Amino acid sequence: MTLILGLESSCDETAAALVDSDRRILAHRVAGQEAEHGPFGGVVPEIAARAHVDRLAPIVAGVLGDAGVSLADVDAIAATAGPGLIGGVMVGLVTGKALAHAAGKPLIAVNHLEGHALSPRLADPDLKFPYLLLLVSGGHCQLLLVKGVGDYRRLATTIDDAAGEAFDKTAKLLGLGYPGGPAVERIAREGNPHAVPLPRPLVGSAEPHFSFAGLKSAVARAAASGAHSVADLAASFQQAVVDCLVDRSRIALTACPGATAFVVAGGVAANGAIRTALTDLAARFDRPFVAPPLWLCTDNGAMIAWAGAERFAAGLFDDLSVAARPRWPLDPAAETVRGAGVKA
Amino acid sequence: MSQRYDYTLAEADRIGAAIGAVLLPGDVVLLSGDLGAGKTTLARAMLKARGLVGEAPSPTFAIVQPYAPPEVELPIAHVDLYRIEDEGELIELGLDEYLYDGALLIEWPERLGAQGWPGALSITISGSGDARVLTADVPTSWGSRWPLR
Repeated sequence: MTLILGLESSCDETAAALVDSDRRILAHRVAGQEAEHGPFGGVVPEIAARAHVDRLAPIVAGVLGDAGVSLADVDAIAATAGPGLIGGVMVGLVTGKALAHAAGKPLIAVNHLEGHALSPRLADPDLKFPYLLLLVSGGHCQLLLVKGVGDYRRLATTIDDAAGEAFDKTAKLLGLGYPGGPAVERIAREGNPHAVPLPRPLVGSAEPHFSFAGLKSAVARAAASGAHSVADLAASFQQAVVDCLVDRSRIALTACPGATAFVVAGGVAANGAIRTALTDLAARFDRPFVAPPLWLCTDNGAMIAWAGAERFAAGLFDDLSVAARPRWPLDPAAETVRGAGVKA
Repeated sequence: MSQRYDYTLAEADRIGAAIGAVLLPGDVVLLSGDLGAGKTTLARAMLKARGLVGEAPSPTFAIVQPYAPPEVELPIAHVDLYRIEDEGELIELGLDEYLYDGALLIEWPERLGAQGWPGALSITISGSGDARVLTADVPTSWGSRWPLR
């Protein structure tokens, strides 16, 4: 049994967790979220490196205290080394290096996307490689065949905006709040998902990728026309995203007959309509549908600690000279896709 | 010097490429316009003009997407300030450091507040449907480099 301390600070959240190789989450904290009854619902995104600096040390001390262990009890320190905003990534990685050096423990530099990719195995001990992963978040929209620790094949990615970004920008266009995902989903329940004709970029195309920039622009035009209610716009937009995710995932499932399961991770996986549609899709392909609990889908320290535990078991460690990487593809061999949006 | 240039979305790649081709280290290009105006499309075309073969994901969530040789011949940081709430956060992004040997492409520069770069090339995109109007405030430091006439 190994115990890993995981640190995450690559974007908005500052987080730490203690997870062991038996899948026990001894402690986990995400900065800001303790104050759940605060005026902003407890989660205030903070991109400043200084904020990560202020928050990370107390959070590390907090999780050690919560679990009743000391740094000496930890077998390795895992820290996100990218991709992400360089200042935040540096704070987490340098903190990880300092702790590793001071405590004489090995360092494991984790790719944030690998944290998401492996987190379903933390939640589900029966999940076996290879599995098909749909990673949908504010910054990413990818389909990955997860073949093993450190072994990923990217089947598809967005050629412009991420799905979560489309939700946030649609919420902004419709005058709903931030974060946009829950706001759009809430009001979409009162609307007709087929009321507003919106494009499904790339749906039906043999190209396996995603595109959401044109959909966002189409929502802007439909909203500007004044012909539709906000609820209908939100419901129709959400339906378009669902249709895109399902269509692209269907292609990937067809292309990966050996995948043991269909897995979704990332913050957008919190959307009920998307979950339902993906569950149905997995059933059509006779595959188990695996979605980690919602807190594990959004950015957190436990997924980094778990990725650290998986890498520890595989004997994958990093030197203290390892550098932060603001851009760091999980599958460096993936074919690059054209970098321009689809006109809706 | 204020310049106006009319184009269609189908021409956006060519417009972006023309601007990208003349970028020099130290240049700051500000890209303004509503959601869906085509700011990122122009920025991508600029990156492509400097050698980028791979994808250029939206920088909205990451805020800064840095590109460096060998994937591009000129270091370029593609920045989106859409999510910036507070001018103080801007200082921490350390954007000026990219200018020693590279260029900055900045979307949603309105978020800059008082800290804008006075020597920046400022581009505003407006229009609807397929038609776009590009309005550029071309700084004197650009001299005769401005390619759209």
